[in-house]
Amino acid sequence: MFKKILIANRGEIACRVIKSARKMGIKTVAVYSDADRNALHVKMADEAVHIGPPPANQSYIVIDKIMDAIRQTGAEAVHPGYGFLSENMKFAEALEKEGVIFVGPPSPAIESMGDKITSKKIAQEAGVSTVPGYMGLIADAEEAVKISDEIGYPVMIKASAGGGGKGMRIAWNAQEAREGFESSKNEAANSFGDDRIFIEKFVTQPRHIEIQVLADKHGNCVYLHERECSIQRRNQKVIEEAPSPFLDEATRKAMGEQACALAKAVGYTSAGTVEFIVDGNRNFYFLEMNTRLQVEHPVTELITGVDLVEQMIRVANGEPLPFKQEDLKINGWAMESRLYAEDPYRNFLPSIGRLTRYRPPVEGTTQHGGIVRNDTGVYEGGEISMYYDPMIAKLCTWGPTRAAAIEEMRLALDTFEVEGIGHNLPFCAAVMDHPKFVSGDITTAFIAEEFPEGFNGVALPGAMLRKVAAAAAAMNRVAEIRRARVSGRMDNHERKVGDDWVVVLQGEEFPVAIRADRGGATVAFADGAAMRVESDWTPGQTLARILVDGQPLVLKVERATGGYRVRLRGADLKVHVRSPRQAELARLMPEKLPPDTSKLLLCPMPGLIVKLAVEEGDEVFEGQALCTVEAMKMENILRAEKKGVIKKINASVGGSMAVDDVIMEFE
Amino acid sequence: MKDILKELESRRETARLGGGQRRIDAQHAKGKLTARERIELLLDEGSFEEFDMFVAHRCTDFGMQQDRPAGDGVVTGWGTVNGRMVYVFSQDFTVFGGSLSETHAQKICKIMDMAIQNGAPVIGLNDSGGARIQEGVASLAGYADVFQRNIMASGVVPQISVIMGPCAGGAVYSPAMTDFIFMVRDSSYMFVTGPDVVKTVTNEIVTAEELGGASTHTKKSSVADGSFENDVEALIEVRRLIDFLPLNNREKPPVRPFFDEPGRIEDSLDTLIPDNPNTPYDMKELILKIADEGDFYEIQQDFAKNIITGFIRLEGQTVGVVANQPMVLAGCLDIDSSRKAARFVRFCDAFEIPILTLVDVPGFLPGTGQEYGGVIKHGAKLLFAYGEATVPKVTVITRKAYGGAYDVMASKHLRGDFNYAWPTAEIAVMGAKGAVEILYRSELGDKEKIAARTKDYEDRFANPFVAAEKGFIDEVIQPRSTRRRVSRAFASLRNKKLTNPWKKHDNIPL
Repeated sequence: MFKKILIANRGEIACRVIKSARKMGIKTVAVYSDADRNALHVKMADEAVHIGPPPANQSYIVIDKIMDAIRQTGAEAVHPGYGFLSENMKFAEALEKEGVIFVGPPSPAIESMGDKITSKKIAQEAGVSTVPGYMGLIADAEEAVKISDEIGYPVMIKASAGGGGKGMRIAWNAQEAREGFESSKNEAANSFGDDRIFIEKFVTQPRHIEIQVLADKHGNCVYLHERECSIQRRNQKVIEEAPSPFLDEATRKAMGEQACALAKAVGYTSAGTVEFIVDGNRNFYFLEMNTRLQVEHPVTELITGVDLVEQMIRVANGEPLPFKQEDLKINGWAMESRLYAEDPYRNFLPSIGRLTRYRPPVEGTTQHGGIVRNDTGVYEGGEISMYYDPMIAKLCTWGPTRAAAIEEMRLALDTFEVEGIGHNLPFCAAVMDHPKFVSGDITTAFIAEEFPEGFNGVALPGAMLRKVAAAAAAMNRVAEIRRARVSGRMDNHERKVGDDWVVVLQGEEFPVAIRADRGGATVAFADGAAMRVESDWTPGQTLARILVDGQPLVLKVERATGGYRVRLRGADLKVHVRSPRQAELARLMPEKLPPDTSKLLLCPMPGLIVKLAVEEGDEVFEGQALCTVEAMKMENILRAEKKGVIKKINASVGGSMAVDDVIMEFE
Repeated sequence: MKDILKELESRRETARLGGGQRRIDAQHAKGKLTARERIELLLDEGSFEEFDMFVAHRCTDFGMQQDRPAGDGVVTGWGTVNGRMVYVFSQDFTVFGGSLSETHAQKICKIMDMAIQNGAPVIGLNDSGGARIQEGVASLAGYADVFQRNIMASGVVPQISVIMGPCAGGAVYSPAMTDFIFMVRDSSYMFVTGPDVVKTVTNEIVTAEELGGASTHTKKSSVADGSFENDVEALIEVRRLIDFLPLNNREKPPVRPFFDEPGRIEDSLDTLIPDNPNTPYDMKELILKIADEGDFYEIQQDFAKNIITGFIRLEGQTVGVVANQPMVLAGCLDIDSSRKAARFVRFCDAFEIPILTLVDVPGFLPGTGQEYGGVIKHGAKLLFAYGEATVPKVTVITRKAYGGAYDVMASKHLRGDFNYAWPTAEIAVMGAKGAVEILYRSELGDKEKIAARTKDYEDRFANPFVAAEKGFIDEVIQPRSTRRRVSRAFASLRNKKLTNPWKKHDNIPL
């Protein structure tokens, strides 16, 4: 076995590889740019080599720099992770030349699968199902109909030179194919000056399902079943699971065998992924093959028990696979949520900055027999930098069933504390509670269709609200009793904390009566129903783990003016717990509209404009950086307070501004 | 006999109605609560004991003798906040617009006298149209009587004013002399002369809200220490402030049970200071990570944001925090921040509240605006306040402590008890660039030489060790252990005794 490997990557995947290497007794070498000097992967590795400035094209993807690091440290093999140099043939070749082992497939396999047309051709030859279509020249409408009939409806009629939906038609029958061909041709001629048209099968209700394969250098190849990655936002995967809730055993087997056939056809070794698009009738078509470890590989590991990174290293070392196809069973269900530093309330705008708080859920077996795994490359007090992928962590859960895995994920997300930057945790939580997702009825259009206006928070259903109300009432009682124990009180005239409260949240009032005992509290609602609340929460804890009628509930709780802020299940609530009299008087308070924030960006301090990040006419989102003012030699970034359009910019770079000077105006 | 008892009840009932149901409804329609409702929210349930419920005015001019409502427009008495005694007066806008008469003033004076004598805070809930014009100079005399008591009570018992309606003319000077003023947004205003007079005299057209609303006084004038959305929120938050304050100047600050480890280590603080010395960071993160349970009650959060002031607890006991905020104006001291912090430091000192100072200050803000505005005298206020303070003083320098501002920010030289520095601290006369430009003026043309000189200077002075060698820093500490170090420091100072020489009073540069 290798004594030392270098990981030509950063972030969570570098940490992930280090973990397996360490387990195998292999020393690890990290590489890092200036921006990653204090990164987690650098801390975890046995050695670390600095490879240049923050931009990846000056560090992580500069082959020479990685080669220097290898020479410097004497690493015998390189794991490329994903992205960066993982599918770079030149890199694989450069390693080969120096006699360093590349933990990945041979370079010809990378090359042939790297090209869309070549890979499709090879796949077809290997007997892999590809999207039926006709790439040749189509003479007229009648020929178009003939071809469409052969392919089978619906078909997509597309301009060769097309883009942005122009010159594109979907036809569900011969008549539509005829008309579609004519109009596409005209549109293409007018728009692109190129009226060539091609036709291919239109995949309805498409799902993205991929097969994990693993091949050794002894001609063995197995598939480790599928992953369903249909929950995507703008082609970026957000939630993945294994297995797929859609495949049956026959389809799974067919897909797996075709994937292995393809791998064998290109002489593949190491771990690879064959991506398919699957339609509503379980017809599947080859999309492409990724010749590397996938981001979402942990879900496969969780259901098969195979450490893919370990196997990749062993294969690279020339070892045969220790298992056969029949050994690879699907055990339970696994979910993965990709936690991105993207603010869902601000249209998923990347959010960079300091993680003032970062407390992932505890990894390992949970109280309810599930598993939590968190692959991460950051830590509390660390920085999410602007230079790289905004992924913070991959939170995975496992359960014996899909429903159990989802429930574990809900709790894990509620337990995951990330503060200081905007992130998509509430969005992931919202998906976990979405009825369509829960039923497994998903397609790649899920996010676009179910969240057409973007993400605007979650309104909790009534039953959940009651649970939160009961929990909040019990917690508030603990806090109030503590307050009443302050020193300096009048002896014998202490404040008695009452039992009757009114909880106000999400626009609803819940009058409750609390009866506390040693083990917790019983919270009775006005309709007579009661809930049992048990918790060891004490004031100041930001995470409250509560059993409500025996069911676990985790709340993120903090003090807010006049009440509490409570977050769970993607909802962000302001909660007030008031005495009945307070509640009565609070009802008299006027409902105030949020103040109309000024349509001007004023300079908050005397300073120099050093950067304008927007132009007139730009649409900006709340929190987006507008410009940078330098004052006292410090750069201060001014951000949009709300969504809007820049009407006019009065400042110019290099100009100095006084306090309250108008920098820009909004429409 | 029964009738007599009944009469008491019926008299009370009438008194409780103040100006009558119609006016109560009008008050509610304006989004405001009545004087008694406000007291209910401020005090522990059922703890209010009223004084002078039946007091009526003695005015006979302008037909006033026909209308003598019980209570005369102000509800006074005492009660408890979480079991601790406070005195309270709450002006009743439904009775003659809450206007202040001779007897109205006497009621306020009575509870203030008791508060001073018995050592309990005075909370004033202001909602008054001003002087009772019908009473003329008797009303003015009433104001002055209240003023005099505000002055006598200052530094003896905490005084808090909540402006919950109009407060105009001479009336503003009573709240002005109390320790804290809070306002309710959109329904309160304070000014010496109202919009009408302003227009007549200066031709300025301005609304009452613009002239003296909560926004004006929390952001521009700094007259108010905070503002709240409505009456309910304001009173709930005032209760929270009272939990932090001692009842009087003879008492130690309150302690309450706490659920936080005094030795809690915060690893993330090791990376709080950015690599680039010109990159700002949020000092509030440090405050929240030092504080018990992350609980911080900020005072004047919308004014002079380059300095942060407010209360936290350490091991359950109140500590006042003053901290430079690098996010705003690089955390420099200027007129506004010096005034803001000086007043806060003096409040803490007056009421035996220990002071924690967190320092990252590049110096005083330069410019004609500052010099013409008298930054010399205003800056001196903070220096003076720190120097005269005898309460426990613990200071942590996180990054820059340059020039005179270093001296000002609770330095060892101003009788600081514990002066810690993080390894990232730079204690020097000024930044390297500025220093080199003065020291090596003749070499300014030679960029290389200057760069080398700058590096030399940085190596020599951009650290805490020069100061530590001289004993100006007691200890250089790891950022992650700040809460533990600071908690232990204050714990060791619980019995600190320090007295200033006898004087009638000092002459702080006002």
